[in-house]
Amino acid sequence: MSHISIHIHDKSYRTANNKAKQVIKALHLSLHKNEFVCLVGASGCGKTTLLNILAGLDTDYAGEITFSTQQLSPKIAYVFQNPRLLPWRTVLENIELAANPDKESLDFLLNSMGLMAEKDTYPAHLSLGMSRRVSIIRAFAMNPDLLLMDEPFVSLDAPTARQMRHLLVGLWQKRPHTILFVTHDLREAIAMADRIIFLDKEPMSIIREVPIPLTREARNTSAVIEQFKQQLFIDYPEITALL
Amino acid sequence: MSIIYRPAILAILSIATFLLLWQGLAYSLDSVTLPSPLVVINVLITEITTGELPHHLAITLYRLLLSFSIAMSLGCIIGIILGRHPQLDYFFDNWLVIFLNIPALVAIILCYVWFGLVESAAILAVVINKLPNVIVTIREGTRALDPDLLDMAKCYHFSRMKTLRHVIWPQLHPFFMAATRSGLALIWKIILVVEMLGRSDGMGYQLHLFFQLFDVSSILAYTIAFITIIQAIELCILKPLDRHAQRWR
Repeated sequence: MSHISIHIHDKSYRTANNKAKQVIKALHLSLHKNEFVCLVGASGCGKTTLLNILAGLDTDYAGEITFSTQQLSPKIAYVFQNPRLLPWRTVLENIELAANPDKESLDFLLNSMGLMAEKDTYPAHLSLGMSRRVSIIRAFAMNPDLLLMDEPFVSLDAPTARQMRHLLVGLWQKRPHTILFVTHDLREAIAMADRIIFLDKEPMSIIREVPIPLTREARNTSAVIEQFKQQLFIDYPEITALL
Repeated sequence: MSIIYRPAILAILSIATFLLLWQGLAYSLDSVTLPSPLVVINVLITEITTGELPHHLAITLYRLLLSFSIAMSLGCIIGIILGRHPQLDYFFDNWLVIFLNIPALVAIILCYVWFGLVESAAILAVVINKLPNVIVTIREGTRALDPDLLDMAKCYHFSRMKTLRHVIWPQLHPFFMAATRSGLALIWKIILVVEMLGRSDGMGYQLHLFFQLFDVSSILAYTIAFITIIQAIELCILKPLDRHAQRWR
């Protein structure tokens, strides 16, 4: 049984000259418990719109999202493209305001993201990569039923992005959560996901779902990832047009 | 770099030049309408030791504090509401324009005519003069709030109070400080007129009395006391508040 099922029949908005524009059409997606799913599609295909709908920030759509958990309001954490930390609160305050984790869990998260020394620092003194790690801690600290991530590693230099991916996957393996991770970088998706969902744009719909059978160890080698990517292009030529 | 450019030395030099100019002008005019700084200081000391000046200054300060607090708290609440609700804002915008353009003197006269020459009418008159400014400033600040952070707060289920305290208020703080500074400057000036027209104590009443007696030394002495108090408020209250709020930068 799937953990979360998402059915969005229609999401449209009116453009400036009052024409209706459909952003999402008949999107059906189910996520298993503790599954790491990557959404891959060209930028501007409506991925952020989808995440905003799932996060409850955008309620103007036709469709339903159901959680198998019995809770009235499922906990949904959101790692935004920009870290969106409160600049006037310290790292620790930013985390505790959003999630209020117990001491042990907080220390574990700070340590695994390598931010223990920075916990009393204000975000202005952190690098972009560090700020993003804080926003990841904030999301995990909430212990969410669904964790949304909107290209959180974009505009980082390659080694930092690789390190961040490594930290995220490591954390997720120790603290499993259902993750929906949006990216336009196929290599990034292959490196992390259990399953990749390829999205078409205007309106957004699913064109292909591909499970990634690679072991976690195998993905540490970039040659393996590159080879898998090339194989994907051969097996599913329709996805080449997206990227 | 020459020693003359150091800020502290520049400040002393500038004050000294001012006093010298005043002294020179008073000496050359030799008129009762422009007493020398020394005479004014003497009057100031006498007024302080007799307790007259502290008495009236305290009353004016009390009125200032009361009307300022009322205007700031009401103005913040209304400003935030208008900034967050565009439709209400459209509706009340005309009211604001009307109130912004009522001359201070008209508001004061009307308050006294309608409510009598009482303390509450005096306070109300000051509040009416100050309130529209606070509303407009805080409304601008509220419109400029970062929608990304508000979305974050919503996503992480911040309560209303939590959002106000940790997300909205820190962003409004610079606007609040601007409203405070311009507000103090404005209220100081209006409160004197209010006291002059309808109160029998306070700095405004005293200044009016001195005007009728043509006692320029006392007027200047009271003015100096005034300027000193305003500077003290700026240095001892507003600056530390600013520093505390800006510590994250």
